Amino acid sequence: MTPPDSAPKYTWRHRHLLGLEELSADDLRFLFRTARGFEEVSTRSVKKVPALRGKVVVNLFFEDSTRTRSSFHLAASRLSADVLELAGKGSSMSKGETLTDTARNIEAMGVDIIVCRHNQSGAARHLAQAVNCNVVNAGDGQHEHPTQGLLDIFTLCKRWGLDDTFDLTGKTVAIVGDIAHSRVARSNIYGLRTLGAKIILVGPPTLLPQSFKDLGCEISHDLDQVLGRVDAVNMLRIQFERMTSQFFPSVREYATMFGLTAKRIKLAKPDLLVMHPGPINRGMELDAAVADGPNSAILEQVTNGLAIRMAALFLVINAKP
Amino acid sequence: MSCIIIKNGRVIDPANQVDTVTDLVLENGKIANLQTVSKPPADTTVIDATDRIVSPGLIDIHVHFREPGQEEKETIATGSAAAVAGGFTSVCCMPNTNPALDDDGRIEFVYHQAARANLANVFPVGAITKGREGKELAEIGLMARAGSVGFTDDGCAVASAGVMAKALNYIQMTGKVVMQHCEDPELGGGVMNAGTLSTKLGLKGWPRVAEELIIQRDILLNQGIGARYHVQHLSSGGSVEIIRRARQDLFGQAHVTAEASPHHLLLTEEGCANYDTHYKMNPPLRQKHDIEALRQGIKDGVITILATDHAPHTNEEKSLEFAAAPYGIIGLECALPLYVEALIESETIDWPAMLAMMTNQPAELCPLPGKGTFSVGADADVTIIDPKHSWTIDVDQFAGKSRNCPFHGRKVNSRAMTTIVGGQIKFNLDPDRVK
Repeated sequence: MTPPDSAPKYTWRHRHLLGLEELSADDLRFLFRTARGFEEVSTRSVKKVPALRGKVVVNLFFEDSTRTRSSFHLAASRLSADVLELAGKGSSMSKGETLTDTARNIEAMGVDIIVCRHNQSGAARHLAQAVNCNVVNAGDGQHEHPTQGLLDIFTLCKRWGLDDTFDLTGKTVAIVGDIAHSRVARSNIYGLRTLGAKIILVGPPTLLPQSFKDLGCEISHDLDQVLGRVDAVNMLRIQFERMTSQFFPSVREYATMFGLTAKRIKLAKPDLLVMHPGPINRGMELDAAVADGPNSAILEQVTNGLAIRMAALFLVINAKP
Repeated sequence: MSCIIIKNGRVIDPANQVDTVTDLVLENGKIANLQTVSKPPADTTVIDATDRIVSPGLIDIHVHFREPGQEEKETIATGSAAAVAGGFTSVCCMPNTNPALDDDGRIEFVYHQAARANLANVFPVGAITKGREGKELAEIGLMARAGSVGFTDDGCAVASAGVMAKALNYIQMTGKVVMQHCEDPELGGGVMNAGTLSTKLGLKGWPRVAEELIIQRDILLNQGIGARYHVQHLSSGGSVEIIRRARQDLFGQAHVTAEASPHHLLLTEEGCANYDTHYKMNPPLRQKHDIEALRQGIKDGVITILATDHAPHTNEEKSLEFAAAPYGIIGLECALPLYVEALIESETIDWPAMLAMMTNQPAELCPLPGKGTFSVGADADVTIIDPKHSWTIDVDQFAGKSRNCPFHGRKVNSRAMTTIVGGQIKFNLDPDRVK
């Protein structure tokens, strides 16, 4: 692992990773450098280090997830932790057991880290207040999805050759789509801003409240106008499952106005990076030709997610508050 | 003949513009007279009220006693105990019970349970619509005859303009007050104030306009009907302006009144920042400028009533995730010092003006005959207040059943010391002063 050269006295203090809002630039850079160090593990023939040997990581997922869940599982395995998979359904209300009770019961089995995905904003913080073990937020409602934000930013830095400084000053990133319901957008906003990037949010006003301006972002409803000004674009998934009413007239209209098509990408800088947190609604926010084309960094995101999650697990358990 | 003499207190009776140091005599459960008594007759209870404020029994026209149906949160008996512990001698309880208070039998049930508890006067407010579903009028006439002091679907608004127009028209016949929980369900329904903080927290917002729209709509609907229309628990500064305008525009003919709660006069949405469900209420806590507008509205007489919206919930419910936890805060046992902090310590209004908002003004709204005044012959409901009593709010000392109160641990500076209902001492922190 590479120690951070810029901040020799730096110590990671966060026992929990709940959101990027509470991480400083030093924290983000230290985590990225830790991830850099772990990347090499995945290239070995024996893809394991003993960093978390004897520790127990539980994947406590109250919402469906494929890639985040398996990515955390694999990350914990590569660090030699024992992994317990637990699934819950919906909010604790329907289960008849409170989230706090569930977490305390799991903790009583001798768990060291709880990785939690939940459909309620604030659930990870709720959990962190209830238990003594470390908590990593794997997405809480519409609040934050810190490891997704980290892996997105990590991917950008690597592609731009900024993986020594992790300084995004001068770069502009557009986040497009359903900003209102998106925890991925919020985590990206905090992380990107902290590292110096400019952010333009793009979407229909019904999915992009004006209050996002207060988070230091520019707001636009015209993707064509924005494309030429940005170095990367993060196309969010339309989350039909979180929409309680109609937010745009039709899929056809949305795709026409806010979808990234092969034709529209011609308006962008040639080296525009295209990201998507997955799973993609192909033909809606992203054309297949773009998703699989040369500008796409989508599969790198997935690969980088592993190193980021290894770093997150490793750091929270070794935190010195 | 039972007789109580309350000696040497600062007697404030806003209904009769009295504010003087004198004695108050209670006989047979009624106010007998207001004058210095030099020689109390034998077998008289004498209460020394030196340095105390003696007020007509405080009235709270907005409480939730949860009975029938949710007795794990509160009952009419435990709620009544909380009321007298906070200095309240009369309360009006809301109909969002299970089943709702939407017929005369259920109205009578509340009176029966209150009589059994024998602590505070509990006046039921009936539902406007059957089951509070907002569709068909409930048996308003029969409930009025059974003693319903007003009508509301509190917990939610009567959302349909057509149903509301019908309700205003029909309830006007009974002379009772129509109380509205002002929240357009299509715009409201969020779990906290809509704005930057709700955006950051990823929580659904409940914007001010959802409240303001219903108030403005109802004022328009009520033109030409003239029902007594009362806005419950104001949260938005904009709502104050709408009501101010209505009260001016219609040359004083508009029957619009409004109430404010302790939490909306003291707390802001910032309390939600850590997903603390004790700060989750409906309507939601808003911002500093809303607090200032509410206080100004009180100072200017736009808001004439103080009401707690005492809403008990169990710890289990309040320890759910923020969006899943129920709305509400308990208020009865700490309301008085909180009003003092919000209104007197801030020099917004003085004691007589504040007590008017808790005595004669709510009594006139409903109306509650014989309540809220020291007029001779009125009911002997009295609250004796120590305006300089410093104490720390401790929910574990509360008489009520629930503990959901974000004011826990707050240091406050006044307290109801003795509560007398119908000439009987129901609560007393000052045993040494009673002879």
